[in-house]
Amino acid sequence: MRFGSIIKVALRALMRNTMRSILTALGIIIGVGAVIAMVSIGNGAKAQVEAQVASLGQNVITVFSGSMSSGGMRGGWGSSPSLTIEDAEAIEREVTGIVGVSPEVRDRNQVLANGLNWNTSVNGESPDYPDIRSWKIASGAMFSDQDVRSVAKVCVIGKTVADQLFANSDPVGQTLRIRNIPFKVLGVLDSKGFNLFGQDQDDAVLVPYTSHMKRLSRRSYISSILIQAASADVIDKVQKDITEVLTQRRKGREPDFTVRNQVELAQTATATTQTMTLLLAAIASVSLLVGGIGIMNIMLVSVTERTREIGIRLAIGAHGSDVLMQFLIEATILSSLGGVIGILLGIGSSQLVSHLNGWPVLVSTASIVIAFVFSAAVGMFFGFYPARKAAQLDPIDALRYE
Amino acid sequence: MPPVVKIEEIHKIYDSGEVPVHAVRGVTLEIERGDFVALMGASGSGKSTLMNLLGCLDRPTRGRYLLDGIDVSQLDRNALADIRNQKLGFVFQGFNLLARTTALENVELPMLYGARKFTTKQIRERAMHCLDIVGLSQRFDHFPSQLSGGQQQRVAIARALVNEPQVLLADEPTGNLDTRTSAEVMGVFQKLNDEGITIVMVTHELDIAHFCKRNLILRDGVMVRDEAVSNRSFAATELEKLSSAEAAAKLTGAKN
Repeated sequence: MRFGSIIKVALRALMRNTMRSILTALGIIIGVGAVIAMVSIGNGAKAQVEAQVASLGQNVITVFSGSMSSGGMRGGWGSSPSLTIEDAEAIEREVTGIVGVSPEVRDRNQVLANGLNWNTSVNGESPDYPDIRSWKIASGAMFSDQDVRSVAKVCVIGKTVADQLFANSDPVGQTLRIRNIPFKVLGVLDSKGFNLFGQDQDDAVLVPYTSHMKRLSRRSYISSILIQAASADVIDKVQKDITEVLTQRRKGREPDFTVRNQVELAQTATATTQTMTLLLAAIASVSLLVGGIGIMNIMLVSVTERTREIGIRLAIGAHGSDVLMQFLIEATILSSLGGVIGILLGIGSSQLVSHLNGWPVLVSTASIVIAFVFSAAVGMFFGFYPARKAAQLDPIDALRYE
Repeated sequence: MPPVVKIEEIHKIYDSGEVPVHAVRGVTLEIERGDFVALMGASGSGKSTLMNLLGCLDRPTRGRYLLDGIDVSQLDRNALADIRNQKLGFVFQGFNLLARTTALENVELPMLYGARKFTTKQIRERAMHCLDIVGLSQRFDHFPSQLSGGQQQRVAIARALVNEPQVLLADEPTGNLDTRTSAEVMGVFQKLNDEGITIVMVTHELDIAHFCKRNLILRDGVMVRDEAVSNRSFAATELEKLSSAEAAAKLTGAKN
């Protein structure tokens, strides 16, 4: 039988009992809709996390100092006094493929200006920092190498600090006090928003790391080193070289540092979301399975109901394969249409959820294609057994069927 | 001209139950083109089985069946389906039209199966032509539920004709119809036969058998009588008789 006719015949048969067709397809619709919604929400979360990681800068490697143990209490990454400026300088000197290095010293301080005060994160960095972090200066300028060398009392502030202390005026050129030491504001950073860990990145004051170590924290070790590799191709090599340089400098002592690149950070951060998404999608897929069983059930009923009709078709000259095709296509059309409706429903509901909760949502073309193919496959698989039963009917018995 | 149907010593034995049933025991039969045969017999006589064999819906256990010169006795399922599609037309007691499908689409159905490929236009034209032959071209877009019993049977006849079969096989075609409609439907069969179509009809009613040209009687799987019909009924005459009877009834029995 011609393919076009079979499709027409199949559609006709489905429309003969619209309500039943809809109810049967409902399982598929809900299954596909749920999977699409889950995956879209999951992908949205993952994309958001990835964007956050990307906002840390491109091709960034971080060297953390090891953890300090004092009286049995482990201090956590960055707490042990093991990384020094010399380490940072050695890296800059000896490792190729680097475009920026920033030794980092961080602590929290009360910052005063204009009769107002604000507790914020004061970070000692190098002038490379904004470039490494792809962080633009909104007004004014970043401090220079000269400022670092001269341990200058200068700073660049984030937008939140600017809003808190200099609400009605331009901060550039004004002075703020940290630990009672006046620092001149050279510039204000562009807004960056919250990071992966829920911290406000704009709530920070940047000072030259030398100034931080000499004047503020009074220490000789740094918390971490931020390094930017020239490109994604060299990042692995750079990471290896850094590890080598630092190990050599420790001359056989325990390595008390960790080198992490951005990709690893991203993977760790997204690992949870990935697992959650997969889990949710798997659960939603169960309803897809149930939908398939529903189709098989109804197709079996349909075949029994239409025994007479099948008998007529066989008597008139249909081959078994014609009957098989007809019922198989009916099941597949049913499940595919259910898939399409489910996809639309999934997209709609994920948008709704996103709107209500403010969660990000990402509907990927891949997930739509996979969902559609899968729903068609479910129809073909679960429709096969009933279709085969129909094809194997004996025309004489079928015609006699009441 | 070779006979369109030639059966030689055909047997059908059903082996599924405890005791094998020998439904048809050595029937030999020839049907020439243009013949109009009534196949009669009590239940259990084997007439349905013989009809199934004639219709290539079943295969004989022994013997040969030559349909239009082709030996169909040992063909496989698919080949038999093709034979049915090309060479035979079926009319059933229960009409067996597809519900919620228009008369035209019902008639078109046999053309959608089979090896020959037709264009949509050809299918439509052929089907309309057949509906015309049975006088129902006005109702081509009606559903079976919108047609009377007689009209439905006529659509079934049109469907049986659409692939230009060698033999029209009818199984108690008037069984579900009243006397007048039965006469009308037999009129259609007679008209088709006059134009050369070979018809084999199973019936248990003598009145209906009299519309045919030849009577075959089966008993216990064996053919016991094969004779030409002597006083043949003709549809036109019968219908007139019925009309006068009705008119008479109105004159005598009417109450105001």
